[in-house]
Amino acid sequence: MEAQLELLKVEALAKIEAASDVKSLNDVRIAYLGKKGPITDLLKGMGKLPAEERPKMGALVNVIRESVTEVLEDRMAKLEELAINEQLEKESIDVTLPGRPARTGNHHPLTRVVEEIEDFFISMGYEVAEGPEVEKDYYNFEALNLPKGHPARDMQDSFYISEDILLRTHTSPVQARTMEAKGGAPIKIICPGKVYRRDSDDATHSHQFTQIEGLVIGEDIRMSDLKGTLSLFAKKMFGDEREIRLRPSFFPFTEPSVEMDISCFKCGGDGCNVCKKTGWIEILGAGMVHPNVLKMAGYDPAIVSGFAFGMGPERIAMLKYGVEDIRHFYTNDVRFVSQFHRTEA
Amino acid sequence: MLVSTKWLSEYVNIEGIAVSDLAEKITRSGIEVDSIIDRSHGMTNVVVGYVLECVKHPEADKLNICQVDVGEETTQIICGASNVAKGQKVIVARPGAVLPGGMKIKKAKLRGEESNGMICSLQELAIEGKLVPKVYAEGIYVLPESAVPGESALPLLGLDDQVLEFDLTPNRSDALSMIGVAYEVGAILSQGIQLPEINYTASNEKAEDMLKLRIDAKEDNPMYVAKVVKNVKVEASPLWLQNRLMAAGVRPHNNVVDITNFVLMEYGQPLHAFDYDRLGTGEIAVRLAEQGEKITTLDDTERTLEAHQLVITNGKEPVAIAGVMGGLNTEVHDGTTTVIIESAYFAPGSVRRTSRELGLRSDASTRFEKGVDPNRVEAAAERAAQLMAEIAGGEVLAGSVIFDELDKTPVRITVSPDYINNRLGMKIPLEEMLTILDGLQIPTEAVNGKLIIDAPTRRQDLRIQEDIIEEIARMYGYDLIPMTLPITESTPGGLSPYQAKRRTVRAFLEGAGLFQALTYSLTSKEQAQSYALETAPVTELLMPMSEDRSILRQSLIPHLLEAATYNVARRMDSVALYETGSVFLGEEEDGLPQEVEHVAAVITGKWVDHAWQAETKSVDFYVLKGIIEGMLDSLGLSEGLSFEQTVLDGMHPGRTANIFHNGERIGLIGQIHPTEQKKRNLKNTYVMEMNLAKILAVETEELLYTQVPRFPSSSRDIALVVSSDTSAGMLEGVIRNAGGKLLKDVRLFDLYEGDNVEDGKKSLAFSLTYSDSERTLTDEEVVKAHDKVLNALTVEAGALLRG
Ligand SMILES: [Zn+2]
Repeated sequence: MEAQLELLKVEALAKIEAASDVKSLNDVRIAYLGKKGPITDLLKGMGKLPAEERPKMGALVNVIRESVTEVLEDRMAKLEELAINEQLEKESIDVTLPGRPARTGNHHPLTRVVEEIEDFFISMGYEVAEGPEVEKDYYNFEALNLPKGHPARDMQDSFYISEDILLRTHTSPVQARTMEAKGGAPIKIICPGKVYRRDSDDATHSHQFTQIEGLVIGEDIRMSDLKGTLSLFAKKMFGDEREIRLRPSFFPFTEPSVEMDISCFKCGGDGCNVCKKTGWIEILGAGMVHPNVLKMAGYDPAIVSGFAFGMGPERIAMLKYGVEDIRHFYTNDVRFVSQFHRTEA
Repeated sequence: MLVSTKWLSEYVNIEGIAVSDLAEKITRSGIEVDSIIDRSHGMTNVVVGYVLECVKHPEADKLNICQVDVGEETTQIICGASNVAKGQKVIVARPGAVLPGGMKIKKAKLRGEESNGMICSLQELAIEGKLVPKVYAEGIYVLPESAVPGESALPLLGLDDQVLEFDLTPNRSDALSMIGVAYEVGAILSQGIQLPEINYTASNEKAEDMLKLRIDAKEDNPMYVAKVVKNVKVEASPLWLQNRLMAAGVRPHNNVVDITNFVLMEYGQPLHAFDYDRLGTGEIAVRLAEQGEKITTLDDTERTLEAHQLVITNGKEPVAIAGVMGGLNTEVHDGTTTVIIESAYFAPGSVRRTSRELGLRSDASTRFEKGVDPNRVEAAAERAAQLMAEIAGGEVLAGSVIFDELDKTPVRITVSPDYINNRLGMKIPLEEMLTILDGLQIPTEAVNGKLIIDAPTRRQDLRIQEDIIEEIARMYGYDLIPMTLPITESTPGGLSPYQAKRRTVRAFLEGAGLFQALTYSLTSKEQAQSYALETAPVTELLMPMSEDRSILRQSLIPHLLEAATYNVARRMDSVALYETGSVFLGEEEDGLPQEVEHVAAVITGKWVDHAWQAETKSVDFYVLKGIIEGMLDSLGLSEGLSFEQTVLDGMHPGRTANIFHNGERIGLIGQIHPTEQKKRNLKNTYVMEMNLAKILAVETEELLYTQVPRFPSSSRDIALVVSSDTSAGMLEGVIRNAGGKLLKDVRLFDLYEGDNVEDGKKSLAFSLTYSDSERTLTDEEVVKAHDKVLNALTVEAGALLRG
């Protein structure tokens, strides 16, 4: 019986050595260690042995079984490694082939600019106010200190629907409507939207364009508040190093009125083609709300004051992204719009 | 407004200040200087020449051989101008000169004859053709006899000058005159200004003896001054006067007309000169025109007048349209000897209306429209009279014929320094404010701590306290205003739920692969209502610029299709665009159309395109439907959504559906009709449009988590055959109804028509999932529920179950 066992072991080890892949090694395992294998048979046959021999033989069988198992497992690990290596080699791919593009679209550049402006002012406690694009003459002009017959409201410049209705020429009527609705309460709003003017479309004009305006009304709002607000805004939109300057200007609905320039973000103020060699770029118009506008909306200009500002997202996008022709914003060429997909920081 | 610095320096001392610095100062304190024009354009070697001899070139008809004294020598120059002649003083560009166009003058031979330079026209010196006196418009310019050969021609022509081009805001009409600009510049430079001194000797004869004046329209013409000048000699103006006008952008004509234009530019007061004899009646009468009355104006055009238009008449017929244009019948001509100078105040509104109606805008009408300075009406007439005496040899009759009911009292403004400082957020001392106002020559008194200001009539923009705040701020310097933030009750700010959800929709659609488009609201009559979800009366422009942009749209789809065509035409075959924007539904009570925000999308070409992996998929109905379902799901609106087949104009009749949410129609989806696709050069193209306002208005429930299932679910697959026209949606409805609360999910996973399925039939396969959140379902429970489903399918949907 002992000799039989030794023979079995030698035989098994030889077969293990000879097995060249996982599958044949598994066959060896089943053949020798399986339920129907010779070792199991031997163990089953133990009952026939005299009782005193049983423990000795049992131990021997176990030793042999363990040593065969150990060798087999070692071999198995090696063969598995070989097999995996072989498989990995076969699975090797060309990593330079193109990836599957994740299909996504993106904001129109003007929406991108408008949302950036909205978000800045929202963080400063402003709400976003919107209003109709077809407006009453009253809100578009009269309530903004542009009475009938005022030279700045030329019929030729506006798209009229009837004598009293027109496509709004600026987003300011939203301010007038908000003031009227607030009934004397403080206001902090930003008003984005589409506006229309009777211009022929060319590289710098569009009969439809967008505007975003801001309005703050309250007791003792000062011009210095306007300047401080706009300075923060300029830094947020165009970089921390931006400085601002105000130049006198004229708008019927503000007094005093100013235009705001920022130091050129391209050359830093030394002069370049973006700033037309001046070091400054005109960004927006602003001013202190005209007392007539306050009065018409039911505010007392002796107590309440306010500031307003307005700008064109097209102009800002053109400056920021170097777009040379305003018509690009309205042709919806995918090769144009798709360029505005990534973050900037 | 063009401001010659040479001219300006007659009124204010600007010596020693670089023109660019001056321009910067003017811009920073209130008037934007658009550009600085150097009238010399860096020219050198342009001198006075004296034509000693002038003969025809033997080889060329049109050329003349001139011997020209250019000071240091006499030289030969070939000249092609037909008006060159012996004895003229001319402008010579000598070899080495570079003219404004970049032309370099060199010695040359023309048809065998040497030419040492060029005799120049004014155009060649960069004076616009429309400003060159008519006599010289087609040839060289002839200088006065007094010009000295060899001297530089530039100072003689006033070209050693820099001109500031102002971009004036409408409130600053005071700067529409040289004197007005002088006030502004004087204030900026802390300098006094020098006004023209008017003195001339009048004749003994009185103007009022020769001319009668009657004003019958006092409201539109509250002030009229007429002066009479006899014995004038009409001829070309002296060069200095012509130079001034050309620098200001006005064409010289003759001395009388030039004087009126000069004074217009100097005082900002438009003048008109009538030929006294041609007037014929010795009378000026101002009145409103008779309806249909006719006048031929100076531009030789007959104009028909309306009853509200103001005219100057000779007591019988119109001789001028007040403030707009003179009449041809009384025009000053070469033989004129007696001139009437008109200086008047015409009401701004009247002039604006008339000039607009007649389409006539001029330097005069633009000034009247803004309101001229009442205190300069008479002064300007006197200034013109003086110049007529000096330049045109005229004899000015004593006195003026005047009608004057014009209010000339200054507007009084009272404002406290505290108010000014509070509004600015500054602490400017009272003395500083007084210094600024004094510099601007705005009469001011400080009484009991308040500023009492009498706004000068030349500054019509000063009316209220805020106007004074602006004057002080702009002269003090906006740079000195500190930066603060508003002190208000702190507000949270933010987007409204509607606005926030609109951003969600945009983010979803972009995440799903669509680019945001932005198209025009104005469209053509033809497209205004096509594909509209809902139509209403259209909103039409009164005066459209083109038929293509004449009506407000009622659907976003037509312009999105145009965008798709635009891209496809540029070889971008696969297009996926969406837009959010308003449509305009006409006739609300208050006259404004109803503006409803919609969202629309267009897809065409490939949806998936990984060509090298041989994996491509064209767009189809279900791609777009999936996007809509996802979009609504992101808003919490997936429940109650249904798509019902329909037929709509311009859409594929078999591939179009209305979209309903809880029974309410919220949108449409489908393929563009193949005929329409072809017209637009598109392949298979799918569109959708939904009423975004309606969707975003639905208040969705708070988001609460439901427990992740703890017990395993069982699934059962069903394959069934139904007739081809049975919709999957209907089958799903039957399944869900019958499945009861244990049925958690129904998913269609196969659709088959063709071999092995009878004609007119199709095979569908659904996977059903059953579970309970409290326990594991037993086989019997699942079988019981599933049998109900199978039974319902057979009975209610006539389905034949397979295998
Ligand atoms: Zn720059």
